[in-house]
Amino acid sequence: MADTTAGQMLTTADGRPLKQALARAQRRSRLRAIGLVAPLLVFIVVTFIVPIGQMLHRSFHNEGFTVHTDIGSGTRTPIMTDLAAWFDDNPRGVEPDEAAFSALRDGLVHLGELRAAGSAGTRINYGYAGSRSMFTKAARRADKLEPPYRDAFLDLDEQWGDPELWSVMRNATSSYTVDFYLAAVDLERNPEGAVAAVDENRQVYVKLFVRTLFLSVLITFLTFVLAYPIAHLLATLPLRYSNLLMIFVLLPFWTSLLVRTTSWMVLLQGQGVVNDALVGIGILADENRLQMMYNQVGTVVAMTHILLPFMVLPLYSVMRPINPSYVRAARSLGATSWTAFRRIYFPQTVPGIGAGALLVFILSVGYYITPALVGGADGQLISNLIAFHMQRSLNWSLAAALAAILLAGVLILYWLYDRLVGIDNLKLG
Amino acid sequence: MALPNYASPLERVWHYVYLVLSGLIFVFLIAPILVVIPLSFNVEPYFTFTEKMLRFDPEGYSTRWYETLLTFGMQAPDAARDAAWWSDAWRNANWITAAKNSVIVGFFATIIAAVLGTVAALGLSRPEMPGRRAIMAILISPMIVPIIIVATGLFFFYSSIQISAWGVPYLGLILAHATLGIPFVIITVTATLVGFDHSLTRAAANLGADPVTIFRRVQMPLILPGVISGALFAFVTSFDEVVVVLFVGGLDEQTIPRQMWNGIREQISPAILAVATILVVVSILLLTTVELLRRRSERLRGITPH
Repeated sequence: MADTTAGQMLTTADGRPLKQALARAQRRSRLRAIGLVAPLLVFIVVTFIVPIGQMLHRSFHNEGFTVHTDIGSGTRTPIMTDLAAWFDDNPRGVEPDEAAFSALRDGLVHLGELRAAGSAGTRINYGYAGSRSMFTKAARRADKLEPPYRDAFLDLDEQWGDPELWSVMRNATSSYTVDFYLAAVDLERNPEGAVAAVDENRQVYVKLFVRTLFLSVLITFLTFVLAYPIAHLLATLPLRYSNLLMIFVLLPFWTSLLVRTTSWMVLLQGQGVVNDALVGIGILADENRLQMMYNQVGTVVAMTHILLPFMVLPLYSVMRPINPSYVRAARSLGATSWTAFRRIYFPQTVPGIGAGALLVFILSVGYYITPALVGGADGQLISNLIAFHMQRSLNWSLAAALAAILLAGVLILYWLYDRLVGIDNLKLG
Repeated sequence: MALPNYASPLERVWHYVYLVLSGLIFVFLIAPILVVIPLSFNVEPYFTFTEKMLRFDPEGYSTRWYETLLTFGMQAPDAARDAAWWSDAWRNANWITAAKNSVIVGFFATIIAAVLGTVAALGLSRPEMPGRRAIMAILISPMIVPIIIVATGLFFFYSSIQISAWGVPYLGLILAHATLGIPFVIITVTATLVGFDHSLTRAAANLGADPVTIFRRVQMPLILPGVISGALFAFVTSFDEVVVVLFVGGLDEQTIPRQMWNGIREQISPAILAVATILVVVSILLLTTVELLRRRSERLRGITPH
């Protein structure tokens, strides 16, 4: 082939070599495709990727004890510089001496002038409870303190001598820190600098991650158990009936999440429809009505209902094209109906189970609204704790660290989903 | 789904058990949505069926909660129902204001999502698009990333760029909701483009059409059903979104979901059920529209249901 074309190169009508012209045409069409996608990609990067990246940055970067930013003018003033220098000169384990307390005093005077004692104290408060008020109090009196400063501080509050407080201050004098990630998995750095578990009564986060995973697995399993029979029914019925029954799956899918959560509150309340019905037919005595809301039961029931369509739809789209003659062939070869199902039908539906289960699991791990409304105290998931730290405790760096861990988990599952199922196969109704 | 002749008695029993169980699961799916409808007409402020309601006594039913929706927040709710009363309701009633806000935010978010999403889907469906899979994964990710993370990120981002000081009302919410709606547009439009016959565009080009004409006269009519159902999905996503609104919405940016959220958390009253009923009716209408569009799209592309 190469021999015959070498002499007379193929050219286009205007005399350019064909290969070159083709490459050019392909480049142009590739650029056109990129040009079509680019606006949306830029939009998503600006409104989605950058905000999340910024939040992740906050999870390991906190300037609360290093820089004060004035809210009005935006001026940035370094704070606690002397103390930071003392920490640099003296390694961990050195007892804070007079020089250290003097540096602390200068820093507090500076904070008092900036009116920033509260924010700096808040940063320390994340690691050492109660220190915010110590900071505001000490900053008010700092310029009146007399040397020796060590004794003066201890007179103000005994706790100023606590090695744990000094350890927390040492950690906070660098803006970049992994402390919030440690806190997010119930760890802390003790005064010797080693990583250790926090007191048992402060261990909440690992437990909550475990609970989130456990409830998500449970919900995924329940959706599978409920979705399999109806997906099978929908897939085997003639299309005119199954299209009609499909409304039962699609209507919940289209109905507002808040509406569905509200309906479950109405149903599950102590004075609600389910309890009334059970009392009405005499199964339940009026005084021991079931407590089904504001606990895990409420979360699990409502979330199973809300996420059920996400399991039914992928199962249905896998089951519909399965040829019924395979099962018939198995039966005619002597298999019982159970064996035919187990060996022939079920294996063919596994891709649908995988797709549905992954999707439901991904969605339930990050669920927020339903647990917040019907979960009560023990039905909360990790998202609710992130919201708590964002809105109530205002420990934004810890919220960001928790969010980062959750995001990492979800992205791994998402990658897995793309690998196994392919995002292109995501269908909506 | 008929039983074969060779089914044993045990199999027959199991078959009927299976049908009953499936029926119960369908009830589980639909009952919670339908139960709010009669309860929203309850005359008493309870969330359960009163005896009068069960006896279908007309005295057990009323539209008072729908009245509350109109009058709550009005300056003179008890005045005579003339034009002034209605204009008072239109301007001051909380739920009407919330509905207006929801529609404004949803409308603009949908426009952005539908336009950007459709154009990008056209690019993504071209075989020569490099890095297709990775880009697709990024564009779909707003649907997968937990909403609380999105809300948290936007809260920091918007306060760092001071978006509320730009003077464009609802801008932050519109951009956020557009982002959340984009995956739906991408999914539905790429799905309609899957069976797209590219020789149609080539034929049009051959007959002298320029790219814009090809898009307008050949591609657009074929993908329009997908675009519309994607846009409806995007609109519903925005219309139902509460977490981002709670985190980044200004005080005056009350939307229906936010008002519902507050209502559920503070003092849940049957007025919430009246809103819920209206939303259920809206979702029935939307579902019907999307279903009709899907059939039309399949017919246009020559795919018959099998």
